[in-house]
Amino acid sequence: MELFEAILFYVFAGLSLLSAVVMVAQRNPLYSAFALLVTICSLSAIFGLLGSPFIAALQIVVYAGAIMVLFLFVLMLLRVGREEPEPGRQRVLKTVAIGLGALLLAQLGAVIAGIRPQVARGFDASTRSMARVLFSPQYVYVFEATSILIVGALVGAVVLARKEP
Amino acid sequence: MSPDRIVQSALLLSLALFVVGVVGVFLRRNVITVFMCVELMLNAVNLSFVAFSRALGTLDAQVLVFFVLTVAAAEAAVGLAIIIAIHRHRDTLDLDAFNLMKW
Repeated sequence: MELFEAILFYVFAGLSLLSAVVMVAQRNPLYSAFALLVTICSLSAIFGLLGSPFIAALQIVVYAGAIMVLFLFVLMLLRVGREEPEPGRQRVLKTVAIGLGALLLAQLGAVIAGIRPQVARGFDASTRSMARVLFSPQYVYVFEATSILIVGALVGAVVLARKEP
Repeated sequence: MSPDRIVQSALLLSLALFVVGVVGVFLRRNVITVFMCVELMLNAVNLSFVAFSRALGTLDAQVLVFFVLTVAAAEAAVGLAIIIAIHRHRDTLDLDAFNLMKW
C-alpha cells in the first residue's frame, strides 16, 4: 500500500512540474491558464497523499473553482492574443532569468537535501481537527479578520473594474 | 518508500515549482501570465507548509495554508480588476506598457 502511494505521489509530482513548465513556456495565455489548472489539480492530489484531505478539497474549490475561473473570464473578456517574441531583449532576459532560477534552485536545493525530516506518528488532519485549531482562541480573531479582508477586496474590485461615468 | 522520503520529495517539488514561478515572472511579458506565475509560487509555498505540517504533526501550518488561500483569492480579484482598468486606458496587456507609477 505504501508503494502504491509512493508511485501515485511521484506521478502527480511529475505531472504538476511538467504542466508548470508548460505554463511558463507557453506564449498563449489561455493555454497557460489550462496548464496551471492541471498543476493545481495534481497539487491537490499531493495534498491528499500527504494526509490533508481538507486542504486538498479547499485547493480544488478555491483555486480551480474560483480563482482560475476568474482568470479565464478575464482572459476571454479582454481578447488577449499570443505574445510575440522580441528578438534581442528577449534573449538577454531569458538567459538572466534561467541563470537566476538555476542559482536559486541550487542554493535552496542544497539546504533541503541536507535536512532529514523525522515524520511524526499519528497525524490527524481531518476537517474536525482542523476546525478545532482554526476556531481555537489562537486563530479565531484572524479568521474573523479575513472576512473583513474579503469584503474589502470585493468592494475594491467592483470600484476598480467599474466603467467610469 | 518511507513517509520521511515523501516529505522530503514534497519539499523539493515545492522548491522546483517556486523556481519555475520566479523564472516565469522574469520571462513572460503578458501581465495575466505573470499573475498566474505568482499564483504558482503561492501554491508552491502552500505545498511546503503542508509538508512541514505532516513532518511536525501539528495543524498550525495548515491553518496558515487556509489564510494564504483566502489572501490569494482576494489578491486575484483586486489584481484582475486593476488589469481590466488599465486595459481600458492602454488597450494592451504588455507589462512594458504599464508604467503609470514611473516618474
